[in-house]
Amino acid sequence: MSGEESMPINLTVNGEPVARIVPVRQHLADFLRTALGLTGTHLGCEHGVCGACSLRVDGVVVRGCLMLAVQADGAEVVTIEGLDATGEIADLQQAFVERNALQCGFCTAGMLMTAAELLRAGERKTRAEIRTHLAGNFCRCTGYHAIVDAVSTTLDKRASAGGGRV
Amino acid sequence: MSDEARSSPLGKQHSYLGRSMARLGAKAAVAGRGRYTDDIELPRMLHAAFVRSPYAHARILGIEPSVARQQPGIHLVLTGRELAQRVTGPWIGTLSCFAGMKSAPQYPMAVERACWVGEPVAIVVGRTRAEAEDAAELIRIDWQELPAIADKSAALARHAPVIHAELGDNLAFLKTIEAGDVDAVFAGADLIVEETFEFARHTGVSLEPRSLLAAYDKAIGKLTIITSSQCPHMIQRVFAQTLGIPDHNVQIIAPDVGGSFGLKIHSYGDEIATAAAAIELGRPVKFIADRLESFVSDIHARENSVKARIAVNRAGEILGFDIDVLSGAGAYSQYPRTSVFEANQILNITGGPYRHRHYRGRASVVYLNKAPSSQYRAVGHPIGNAVGEHLVDQAAYRLGIDPVEIRRRNVIPDDAYPSLSASGIKLKDLSHQRCLNLIVQRMRYDELRREQAELRQKGIQRGIGIALFIKGTSPGPLGYYGVGGAPISLQDACVIKLEPNGGIICAVGVTEQGQGTNTIVGQIAASALGVPIEAVRVISGDTDAVPYGGGTFGSRAAAIGGEAVLQAARALKAEILAIAGELLQTEPSMLDILAGVVVDAAGTPRLPLAEIGRICHFQLGELPATRQPVLSHTRRFRLVEDPYIFANGVHGAYVEIDTETGFMRLLQHWVVEDCGRLINPQLADEQVRGGCVQGIGGALYEHLIYDAQGQLSNGSLADYLVPMAAEMPDIDVAHVETPSSASELGAKGVGESGTGAAPAAIMNAVNDALRPFAARVTSQPITPEAVLVALGKI
Amino acid sequence: MGWAAVARAVLPAASMSLACALGQWQPANGKQVDREGGVKAPKFSYVRAANLGQVLELLERYGEDAQILAGGQSLMPALNMRLSAPRLIIDINGIAALQGIACKDGLVRIGALARHVEVANSAIIRQHLPLITAAMPHVAHVAVRNRGTFGGSIALADPAAELPACALALEARFVLESRGGRREIAAADFFKGLYATARLPNELLTEALIPVRRNWVPVFLELARRQGDFALAGLAFQVLLEDGILADGRLAYFASEPQPTLGLATLAAIKGRRLDPATTAAAISALPGDLAPMGNAVASAKLRLHLQTVLTRRALQQAQAAANRQTRIL
Repeated sequence: MSGEESMPINLTVNGEPVARIVPVRQHLADFLRTALGLTGTHLGCEHGVCGACSLRVDGVVVRGCLMLAVQADGAEVVTIEGLDATGEIADLQQAFVERNALQCGFCTAGMLMTAAELLRAGERKTRAEIRTHLAGNFCRCTGYHAIVDAVSTTLDKRASAGGGRV
Repeated sequence: MSDEARSSPLGKQHSYLGRSMARLGAKAAVAGRGRYTDDIELPRMLHAAFVRSPYAHARILGIEPSVARQQPGIHLVLTGRELAQRVTGPWIGTLSCFAGMKSAPQYPMAVERACWVGEPVAIVVGRTRAEAEDAAELIRIDWQELPAIADKSAALARHAPVIHAELGDNLAFLKTIEAGDVDAVFAGADLIVEETFEFARHTGVSLEPRSLLAAYDKAIGKLTIITSSQCPHMIQRVFAQTLGIPDHNVQIIAPDVGGSFGLKIHSYGDEIATAAAAIELGRPVKFIADRLESFVSDIHARENSVKARIAVNRAGEILGFDIDVLSGAGAYSQYPRTSVFEANQILNITGGPYRHRHYRGRASVVYLNKAPSSQYRAVGHPIGNAVGEHLVDQAAYRLGIDPVEIRRRNVIPDDAYPSLSASGIKLKDLSHQRCLNLIVQRMRYDELRREQAELRQKGIQRGIGIALFIKGTSPGPLGYYGVGGAPISLQDACVIKLEPNGGIICAVGVTEQGQGTNTIVGQIAASALGVPIEAVRVISGDTDAVPYGGGTFGSRAAAIGGEAVLQAARALKAEILAIAGELLQTEPSMLDILAGVVVDAAGTPRLPLAEIGRICHFQLGELPATRQPVLSHTRRFRLVEDPYIFANGVHGAYVEIDTETGFMRLLQHWVVEDCGRLINPQLADEQVRGGCVQGIGGALYEHLIYDAQGQLSNGSLADYLVPMAAEMPDIDVAHVETPSSASELGAKGVGESGTGAAPAAIMNAVNDALRPFAARVTSQPITPEAVLVALGKI
Repeated sequence: MGWAAVARAVLPAASMSLACALGQWQPANGKQVDREGGVKAPKFSYVRAANLGQVLELLERYGEDAQILAGGQSLMPALNMRLSAPRLIIDINGIAALQGIACKDGLVRIGALARHVEVANSAIIRQHLPLITAAMPHVAHVAVRNRGTFGGSIALADPAAELPACALALEARFVLESRGGRREIAAADFFKGLYATARLPNELLTEALIPVRRNWVPVFLELARRQGDFALAGLAFQVLLEDGILADGRLAYFASEPQPTLGLATLAAIKGRRLDPATTAAAISALPGDLAPMGNAVASAKLRLHLQTVLTRRALQQAQAAANRQTRIL
């Protein structure tokens, strides 16, 4: 087998229809980064451990390096760029900036994508629960404390304001 | 306005110094708009993959790349030998300040022999990374396996395989320091505590791996390299020299850098190969180290065995330390910063907070068939602090003195500076006493001790660990790189300019990796000038656009870079006020700048900087004939008296150990540290927190596990355990501010203070918890197995 | 292979998850790969199966040269790291017949494609198979649970995985289908060794059938260095308590042996006895007869046995506490 086997895929990315022909061996994160220029999703390990590639497929957070692009045919994909554009987590992003819950920024998209799922429930969570939820997202810079602060503050504000803001 | 506020460029009234402002660049990152090296594409760009040695030590009898060369999409394959012909070299990683040090010549890729698992052997350049990897699998290599040495304790044994025959043995460096009369003092001491410590081999694990994109413009002979580096100018020098291109025709651009921690201050052979390929092909070539190859090619660090003793008298007075360090380097001494720094620093700083006068330190650094080791965050300090602080704790226990109390009795008093440590390093402006008092308060130390005692009654084992530290930061030319002849700038620079619209451009030689360098530069410049911070744009990381500098390492950006910014801003302000004086017919000494406007002695706004900018760039007729505006000032700064600016502090750790399983919970961590003048407290706090967790990683989790044949068995993120959110404690951070006397700004480095002493505090806490069982751990990482073995349960 | 020397893999072939708990193991049917880098998958053919029949057809034709892509949480790392190089990837995610969780006539059916997150949130599982509910928070992380599947976990049979041990404790039967037909196999007969199962290369695991047992008390415990890591030691117990007597039980141990292992001698030592410290001591004494843990650089055999001993003691204490609660309720 010498040629690069490819397949056409049709999907929605950040609300826009996308039609491309992709190598079947290319993973979803690589496809988004190289074919669509959506470089906000990062690659830290490509073996599903670090969480830097976390993004949303059909409404749930997944690891972009652990899905083939061809598997996203017919799917709705939201990357950090899309999430940012909708304003769904604008308060969380603001909290991250104010609390300095990011330094080099490389883990941040994945961290926000994962935290976003926790925000949807609209409930307060303990710091331990937040840490457990983010346990699959590696950060080497912050030591996690500021991230937990930012998520916690946002959850509290949302809960006070009376539920989720999705 | 008060005289003080007016005359002092750091007057608090209109100063951003000491303010916790949000970091520039954070907004882009949370929106996914960061721009890292792998995000950048150049037209006709190709991708590099490497064939790496699967053996720790093997001769290359033959390489056959022809099949690989013929694969679709493959543009170039170079073997180590072919690359060696295209570069000047080899590298020899020694510095003249390390007398007697020896290292074998190193080529960017292995030529006739590979000396560690992961050493690059051939580069394949293709249309896509995947295709390059496909082709790499087709390169045929004939190997002759050679005996490997992976155990540092055996590296100097009579029949140990010698990695580089021309060196005669595997010894890279041997050093001894001696002060006072150690033998006499130990002979007569009331108490001696002796231990042997093991520290495992680590690597930095930046989330963004090493990344480099090289492009060569043949027409003008210019090499442009976009790379995730902390030290663009050093890379410029090394690449220019190695590739035979004049420095001024090499541009290094560091875009957003996704974590570095010291591993990105070094130069690497695979990166040279990538640049050489770009030159050869006349097309841009990108190399992104994947995670697996990062583990076997990024610099390693921390592998040390230490035998150490402390001599104490009955009253708890520390008389002396005696340490013997065996440091396991890699197959070559890393060029140009060497692989012996770590051992050297351990000798320098062990026992550093204390007043003892007797000291002996001996260090051997040995070559091993492993990836080369070199500077990694806190270089040597995690080891030296852990050794010294453990011995102090053990002495306290044996004498029945509280661990805080014994430290109180022995620290160099806050009013005793300048002071010379027993290891011969100059210490100034430190604050061990104040820090110790503050942490005891913040930890509620006495309450914790009571709680510990109560819970022990119920069979719950908690431990409290205290660790004092000193940290060498902001190296100067009198330090090793300078004295040793390394192509590394220990001074730094700032060019500051007034633009026609009143805006300020501030270009600096220090660099940003997310710690906030650009932000604090802006804060210093804006404060010193008297302009709103929004009017300042900071440029860093591009050798074409910034003055020559050292980049970021040794926590130098604030102290060295910041001082250059301060001086440059003052120079610019002086010229602006002189021009304003001429325009307003007023004495410049009666003027100041506030919120971007020149004001008079009464505080009345008189002339916006925008107006001065406009006049001085476009409407010069309004100026006296003798006035030629420059409005661009360069200042440089270096340490003149000392090799380092030392910082200090103390850590506290509170842990709970399940003595049945050996597992532990980190309940809380505290740090009180003194980094001199705080420019941005929140950024300083976060550097400490991040550094702490990195240190905790070393104390509990991280270990590059090599077997006797030099094979790495856990080189993936699934197997090399790094700290994740669920296991880490909240970290309370407080500061004491003792300005450094080395500069006007008075800042000291802060970035490594978390990493340097967290392992010491954790190990002390664990041993404090185990004390009722007469059990001790003195190896890191402290695994559940280590705890259970110490307890005699397995 | 003559031109490139075979080196021990940086990671063992077949699964990266292996390394998490066990370090360097060579699976029986795995390949040693010369691998010092590279995280782009090799070339393969890919088909998105429309129905079960198509899958079985392809498995018949390709056998071991094909790999099933379900959740992908274990296969994708292996592909990316070039530890696996199949000719054909068969994506089964579109097959509705493999989805779903249902309970009927005292039998819970879990489709092979039931995602971990569905299983974790399932009211049916919580009500009828609470042992699995207790295990789910330990399975990897949020993003992995959103994609990973029940069938995938069973078919991979990672020795440190939670679900195979739960299946063993719960007397699950697995349905294996092929062109040749359909067969059911008990969990105890399915897990054969390190990553080795009774599934033949032409078979697909389509569902698990688990009987509901009233009044059995679940206890799930595991020890892992970090949240979501593969365990260093773990157990999944189902015990039947009658008036404080341990009438019966299925004591499944995982992460210390090549496959999930029932503590039969341990059970024999305590069956019919009241749960108390003496009974626990008897269990501890018998345990080494059931377990012969593996050891490596990450965790020695001694450590694993010790941890299983501690977990056993704690599990029986929890069972005892549950028994006391039962008695109070009654």
